[in-house]
Amino acid sequence: MSAHHHKETFVTKYIFSLDHKMISKQFLVTGMIMGVIGVLMSLLFRLQIAWPEHSFSIIEAFLPERFQSEAGVMKPDIYLALVTIHGTIMVFFVLTAGLSGTFSNLLIPLQIGARDMASGFMNCLSYWLFFISSVIMVISLFVQAGPASAGWTIYPPLSALPQAIPGSGTGMTLWLVSMAIFIAQSLIGSLNYIVTILNLRTKGMTMTRLPLTMWALFITAIIGVVSFPVLFSAALLLIFDRSFGTSFYLSDIFIGGEVLNYQGGSPVLFEHLFWFLGHPEVYIVLLPALGLTSEIISTNSRKPIFGYRAMIGSIMAIAFLSTIVWGHHMFISGMNPFLGSVFTFTTLLIAIPSAVKAFNYITTLWKGNLQFNPAMLFSIGLVSTFITGGLTGIVLGDSALDINVHDTYFVVAHFHLVMGVSAIYGMYAGIYHWFPKMYGRMMNKTLGYIHFWITAIAAYGVFFPMHFIGLAGLPRRYYTNTNFPLFDDLANVNQVMTVFALIGGAAQIVFLVNFFMSIYKGKVASQNPWRSNTLEWTTPVEHIHGNWPGEIPEVYRWPYDYSKVDENGEYIFGEDYIMQTVPLKAGEQES
Amino acid sequence: MKATTADQNTNVWEGGATKPLGASYGKMMMWFFILSDALTFAGFLAAYGLTRFKFIDVWPIADEVFTHFPGIHGNYPMYYVALMTFILIFSSVTMVLAVDAGHQMKRKKVILYMFLTIIGGLVFVGSQAWEWKNFIKGEYGAVQLKDGKIIQFVNQEGKQIALADFAEKNNPISEHTRYNGLWNEKGETTSEYTTEGILESFKHNPEVGIRLEKINPETKQKIVILNKAEALKYLEQSARVVEGANLEVNEYGSSQFADFFFFITGFHGFHVTSGIILNIIIFANVLLGTYEKRGHYEMVEKVGLYWHFVDLVWVFVFTFFYLV
Repeated sequence: MSAHHHKETFVTKYIFSLDHKMISKQFLVTGMIMGVIGVLMSLLFRLQIAWPEHSFSIIEAFLPERFQSEAGVMKPDIYLALVTIHGTIMVFFVLTAGLSGTFSNLLIPLQIGARDMASGFMNCLSYWLFFISSVIMVISLFVQAGPASAGWTIYPPLSALPQAIPGSGTGMTLWLVSMAIFIAQSLIGSLNYIVTILNLRTKGMTMTRLPLTMWALFITAIIGVVSFPVLFSAALLLIFDRSFGTSFYLSDIFIGGEVLNYQGGSPVLFEHLFWFLGHPEVYIVLLPALGLTSEIISTNSRKPIFGYRAMIGSIMAIAFLSTIVWGHHMFISGMNPFLGSVFTFTTLLIAIPSAVKAFNYITTLWKGNLQFNPAMLFSIGLVSTFITGGLTGIVLGDSALDINVHDTYFVVAHFHLVMGVSAIYGMYAGIYHWFPKMYGRMMNKTLGYIHFWITAIAAYGVFFPMHFIGLAGLPRRYYTNTNFPLFDDLANVNQVMTVFALIGGAAQIVFLVNFFMSIYKGKVASQNPWRSNTLEWTTPVEHIHGNWPGEIPEVYRWPYDYSKVDENGEYIFGEDYIMQTVPLKAGEQES
Repeated sequence: MKATTADQNTNVWEGGATKPLGASYGKMMMWFFILSDALTFAGFLAAYGLTRFKFIDVWPIADEVFTHFPGIHGNYPMYYVALMTFILIFSSVTMVLAVDAGHQMKRKKVILYMFLTIIGGLVFVGSQAWEWKNFIKGEYGAVQLKDGKIIQFVNQEGKQIALADFAEKNNPISEHTRYNGLWNEKGETTSEYTTEGILESFKHNPEVGIRLEKINPETKQKIVILNKAEALKYLEQSARVVEGANLEVNEYGSSQFADFFFFITGFHGFHVTSGIILNIIIFANVLLGTYEKRGHYEMVEKVGLYWHFVDLVWVFVFTFFYLV
């Protein structure tokens, strides 16, 4: 943790680095690579669902022959496999490790005023476990029978019986191994984030002077520590069912007319254990994005965040409630309807803190001096999709309504908007905003605008129509809808959505080009390009070990002193922002 | 961090490298790890609870399963598990004494108490292995019917008797040869008894009755059938002979009991084993004087936290599997 210099080799600087800034870049780039894989998969299966069993040369080129029923047409098992791996990669590898791993590592020490994470070694270990688990997940794409195909929720018996479907064999085993390692990295990383925020804050950095980003990442880490181990329990029991002949989740199963020797297990048990992680996972994905957004919206509105303490309270409320609502994923699992109504109640309660956050963002924007840079646009985009997706959450949280649309595209539309698109927007906002801190250069603004507007239009173009086809009853995860005359009318909608998906996918190329070009060719950044208050902008542009060349600065005020005026209506320090390191002026009231 | 040390008067939540709750970051990490691990066990125990309630009427009675005491023959339900629980909890006491001695920088005492803790842990893991062995081997033997139910045998007083007490060993597989033995390729457990042989012996032994795995809700005991004709109706459905318990069958009743018993006590035993290894590493460091040089024995305190956690988990496991 001390700032003394020692000789860095290539390996200690770029590979097994213990420096949080380098580890955050490692997380980001790995997450982006996984993201590209996940998005490409979604485009492949969107092609299939829009033009069922049409021959595509891209599918012929991309998928090995054994995955095609005829030239250029993917097999049904592979459709399921792609959906499964797309979900897994996007939820865990991109939006959990890629988002929270990147920004927790980058921002925690910088924003609380610490030299580095509490344990650099554990931080490094966490990244490399993540890397290994990503590699295993990617390797599972290449096994003979295809990767895991039981959906990202891996419900048994599809996941528990190696002989159930092609993907249930080696593919599923690799999935479980990969996720077990992933859980370990998440635990190690989260422990580090939590204790760093608790123990290593600089002088004057009280808990209520922490930027909201810190609060979000802190609570996210706690949710991770509490909920991932339960997924670990579920996965371990599943491994025993698969490999050692126990019957925790299996009961009275026939395969090909043969009775299997399993008795007394219950797949509903798995669903309970899985969703005890599965629901908090949504907030593990979303809260960091909301945290980044809080910071960006306040900075770029040149206004203090509205309701700072209410924001902290709602983050905590969301975290608490997220652990007692998992049953709303299981309304049709055969669970007692009375229990269903209890879960309905707790689920609808989440609307309150969520609405507090949404209103606070809007109120912060209200009459602000808005700076429309790409980070700000993505943040506003997040608020938009968070509201759109959140409203359908109220529909789905109510058991009486959910039963009608369960497992339809309505659900797909809901969670893609509220956690998928929102969290991705948050991640993009974070990258545009903190890119100068990571690489010392600015990203290209024009390309950023192009990226945002195409992405925003395409995202709504893909996911908005899904609500309607979902309400019309179209089930999710079906390989083709053409076998059901009922759904013939919806074929065109699917084609429109796929076109939007392709456009949206193409827009991400703009981002990738911008990102990698800017690392080398971008305009050199100034120390505080966004005229922001938080501590990370007091560090030099060039990265140094230990973050600050001299002593760690002391903190005297909260991070949202934007446009603060004295009684004469003049800016107190002549600027519309006052950094946290500036002591209070005589007679100035602390906000 | 010297540059940022806050003055002692500030509130612990104030920042400035103060320690909230007076805990160093390492200790804080251990606490959060324990929180996380507790939830893993909570997941398992919740799964156990759900399954047990599902099979509440056929769940094996723990008093009838764990009856052994080393060196003595006879029926001593729970005696041994009580002893090993006592040993484990006592090792927690010695751990506390080691931590306390560490605070006072008394190295010799730390050595003594850490050593006792490690011995306590080893005795516990050994005892657990012995419990497993008894459970795997079984005591009486039973018959599994085609629908998966377990039938046990009793004498006229309704007391359980072993297969050896009335049936003949007539399974040729029991002659061990290179290709034909107890461990065959299919991996199924084979027995020295056959279902036919047991059925024959049962018919010729007027003394023998059967016991279902179902529990009579009034007496809280398993239902006994002494009527030969009625019992034969069950036995004619015999599918295989079961001796002992493993992950697939369990001579004491529901196979779920065995699944969860092996899984959860195994997972706990794995934790105890890791705890012993950690304790040994720290013990070695104490012997080498590492913490004497460092000026504090906080590492002893950290492994102590883990050790107490492992003991606390056992209290729950013990309660759920043996007592309730």
